[in-house]
Amino acid sequence: MSENRVNDFVLKIGTVNGTGSASANSLLMKAMFRMGIPVTGKNLFPSNIQGLPTWYEIRANHQGYMSRSLRVDVMVAMNAQTYQRDLDEVCPGGFFLYDSTWPRERELNRDDITVLGVPLAKLCNEHFSDARVRILMKNIAYVGALAALLDIDTNVLRTLLEEAFANKPKLVESNLKAINLGFNYAKENFVCPLPVRAETMGDNKGFVLMDGNAAAGLGCVYAGATVGAWYPITPSTSLMDSFNFYCEMFRKDSDSGQKNYCIIQAEDELAAAGIVLGANWTGARAFTPTSGPGISLMSEFIGFAYYAEIPSVFFNVQRVGPSTGMPTRTQQCDIMLCAYASHGDTMHPLLLPANPKECFEMAVTAFDLAERLQTPLFVLSDLDIGMNDWMIPELEWDDKYQPDRGKLLSSDDVDQLEKFYRYLDTDGDGIAARTLPGENAKGAYFVRGSGHNKHGAYTESSEEYKELVDRLLTKWATARTLVPKAILKRAQQETTIGIIAYGSSDGAVLEALDQLAASGIHADYMRLRAFPFSRRVNEFVKNHETVFVVEQNRDAQLRSLLILETNTDAAKLIPVLHYNGMPIPSQCVVDGLCKHLKVEAVA
Amino acid sequence: MTYIAKPKIDLPGHRTNEIGLYTRDYEGVLSTLCAGCGHDSITAAIVQAFWEMSVPPEKVVKLSGIGCSSKTPAYFISGAHGFNSVHGRMPSVATGAMAGNRDLVCIGVSGDGDSLSIGFGQFGHAVRRNVNMLYIIENNGVYGLTKGQFSASADKGSKSKRGNINQWKNIDSVSTAISMGGSFAARSFSGDREQLVTLIKAGVKHPGCAVLDVVSPCVTFNNHPGSTKSYSYTRDHYHPALQTDFVPPATEIRTAYAEGESTVVELHDGTKLLLKKADSGYDATNRSGVLRYLEQQRARGEVVTGLLFINSELPDMHKIYDTSNKPMKDFEFEQLNPGSEALAKLQNRMR
Repeated sequence: MSENRVNDFVLKIGTVNGTGSASANSLLMKAMFRMGIPVTGKNLFPSNIQGLPTWYEIRANHQGYMSRSLRVDVMVAMNAQTYQRDLDEVCPGGFFLYDSTWPRERELNRDDITVLGVPLAKLCNEHFSDARVRILMKNIAYVGALAALLDIDTNVLRTLLEEAFANKPKLVESNLKAINLGFNYAKENFVCPLPVRAETMGDNKGFVLMDGNAAAGLGCVYAGATVGAWYPITPSTSLMDSFNFYCEMFRKDSDSGQKNYCIIQAEDELAAAGIVLGANWTGARAFTPTSGPGISLMSEFIGFAYYAEIPSVFFNVQRVGPSTGMPTRTQQCDIMLCAYASHGDTMHPLLLPANPKECFEMAVTAFDLAERLQTPLFVLSDLDIGMNDWMIPELEWDDKYQPDRGKLLSSDDVDQLEKFYRYLDTDGDGIAARTLPGENAKGAYFVRGSGHNKHGAYTESSEEYKELVDRLLTKWATARTLVPKAILKRAQQETTIGIIAYGSSDGAVLEALDQLAASGIHADYMRLRAFPFSRRVNEFVKNHETVFVVEQNRDAQLRSLLILETNTDAAKLIPVLHYNGMPIPSQCVVDGLCKHLKVEAVA
Repeated sequence: MTYIAKPKIDLPGHRTNEIGLYTRDYEGVLSTLCAGCGHDSITAAIVQAFWEMSVPPEKVVKLSGIGCSSKTPAYFISGAHGFNSVHGRMPSVATGAMAGNRDLVCIGVSGDGDSLSIGFGQFGHAVRRNVNMLYIIENNGVYGLTKGQFSASADKGSKSKRGNINQWKNIDSVSTAISMGGSFAARSFSGDREQLVTLIKAGVKHPGCAVLDVVSPCVTFNNHPGSTKSYSYTRDHYHPALQTDFVPPATEIRTAYAEGESTVVELHDGTKLLLKKADSGYDATNRSGVLRYLEQQRARGEVVTGLLFINSELPDMHKIYDTSNKPMKDFEFEQLNPGSEALAKLQNRMR
């Protein structure tokens, strides 16, 4: 009854948070990765520290599909609280592994799946004495059982443990003992391997496992950022943790031990934004990582930075809103907020990474563009990209890269001028030159959020006000030419159907395209990588009869933005929405298209 | 009237300072505040103090929030970069500015509304981080730009121009700064130029966050009988707790002073502050003693002035973080970027 699913399955592990299952899950995922199988890991966790249900989903897919799949082939249920719902989630023909120290045969009753009881607690209690160790080793023991059931290479597991505990050989020993307990029990009691299993298919050379926040924090280090200000907020916290980690690694003076960076944990997001503006104003590259609620609080400063033209970089790792929403769940719900953040006429460039690799690259681009355009720059990531484990091509760095500091005048440059005016556009691109404090009195200017003219003086003159804000529109046109271009993926056949998406919806769309093509529906796909939209986006919409806009929010915010910014026919843009807080699966895209095109959905 | 450049006039007899600048080089554009505003006196004191200290204008950054007080950075040191930020948020911008370039001389100008209401949190955290700056609060107890509402520093029982009596206890920036672990807290009066100039100098030289609250009467909305922030009330209740002499580095203390009557505080650059006790037993380095004294005098309705508390040994933000002595903005990109080899190596652990 079970179909063979080799290197194409979803393994889901349900545990209680705070029990140390993360390292066990990471061990499983890395083992499959090293067997050359494309894997992604998604952590579905509560807004809580200890005692509530948490799940980790590993999708193995030999074709390399990265999005969340709705099926569960193998469930490891370690939390009795959620047995019932975990059981319900397993797809027909699937497997349900649970801790049979306390047998539940009568409750765990489904004819169409196989229930596998492994007395994990009993095994560990018999072989380990310390109470905390018993709990931790229970997790490692299910890794062992899965190694037997899924045919995961135990040599790889051993190597991984040896690497992880290189300085603590005793831990390698105890972990291996736990693995063997689970492994041997499974071998003795079940037919191993299961039809759902892993098989070595290479070594994934050239790829790494990384989350987007780690990549973005690393990108800030490589961009030469020196000042980071923040107020801790899920799911952006690990971005600053990453910056801090790599700064400790690379940015300490070898002689003095002093830090060549300054991380300030601010009293709130307002202060974090103020610190970022102040530091950029005096010439440091400074940034803040935050999430939607933080952007709401920073909005006054964001408008200030727009009007006073202060380079600044804001990472928004989006989570479910509105208000506190669901802090540990993902959404793409802040694109409208960020595009126009703050009162008055304001517009801000957004960079839209679709995976951790782009988080790294766009972090660097963000600082360059912020300084080139002298304006707030947003990198719009989300919880799915930021906190989940993605398999990505190794990050690369070009040692010839030099940061673009934009129109930044040195003290000598200022001396060459007859007079320096901060807001005078002499090049016609809408960007005026700036100077740094501390260098030359002749280059001094006064930053203000109140009305100012092109010479930098206070004004209440209608003409002078208008002249300046109109010049900012010229700058906006320049921004359009500088931001990363959208990427077009053409269908194999000529088609009148288009799909537009961005960020973490990319994986679901790519998988859906193949599924749809298999049933005869072909669509061209444009992945947006920045706002303002380039002309290419206009043309794409113009050249297709129907354009599906796939995004993860209720109100079709990207669609609205497209209508506002591309002069397109709104009726052409069909929303395909996913907003329950879980990462978008490809099925949502398939269903969305099929529903509109009125064809039977393909599975 | 929007913006009026101040004519630079050479007056006979004007002297230059050690770096060859005249006082006019420390001025800014013409003030648009009301005639007689205490804030203009503070501006004049800033000009005098910075000229006397021979601070190069380009080394100065002047920041402010929103309100009458916050307009004033435009009126002094035109050769300094200025930053008129959003309401109540000057401290965070100053913190960032000093994070980016610690070599700057930072002066933040705020008001009682800006620092004790909307920006109370940021005020507290700049003090707590001990950001190296002079933090002036131009305190008039009233919202001027919105025409006369009480501010958080208005004393309970003080009367507004419209005749309302303030029912709320006031927030005292000096005792607040001290209790939050501040390293320097002083109060002065816009009408006492000599004391004000000395305290500005001491605050600039102090290696940390120097809070200087200056009672600065609002001639338009808070200078009537019944107000406790008027010129006449302040003069009648003016009570210098101690006198401070500012002695620049490498200068001898010339004034004679009796043992036990004065304390000398030496700052890191060699500047000495000579604190002469006007009230017997007042010790500006004794935190709990100072707080007790301020509470006593507050009950009596006195405006206690002077360098009321100092601890120049408290570490500033950079010392606590152990950041490089070199300003962040001066690092070469090559010193900040780990390079391709390091990137390849660090990814080995991600497999």
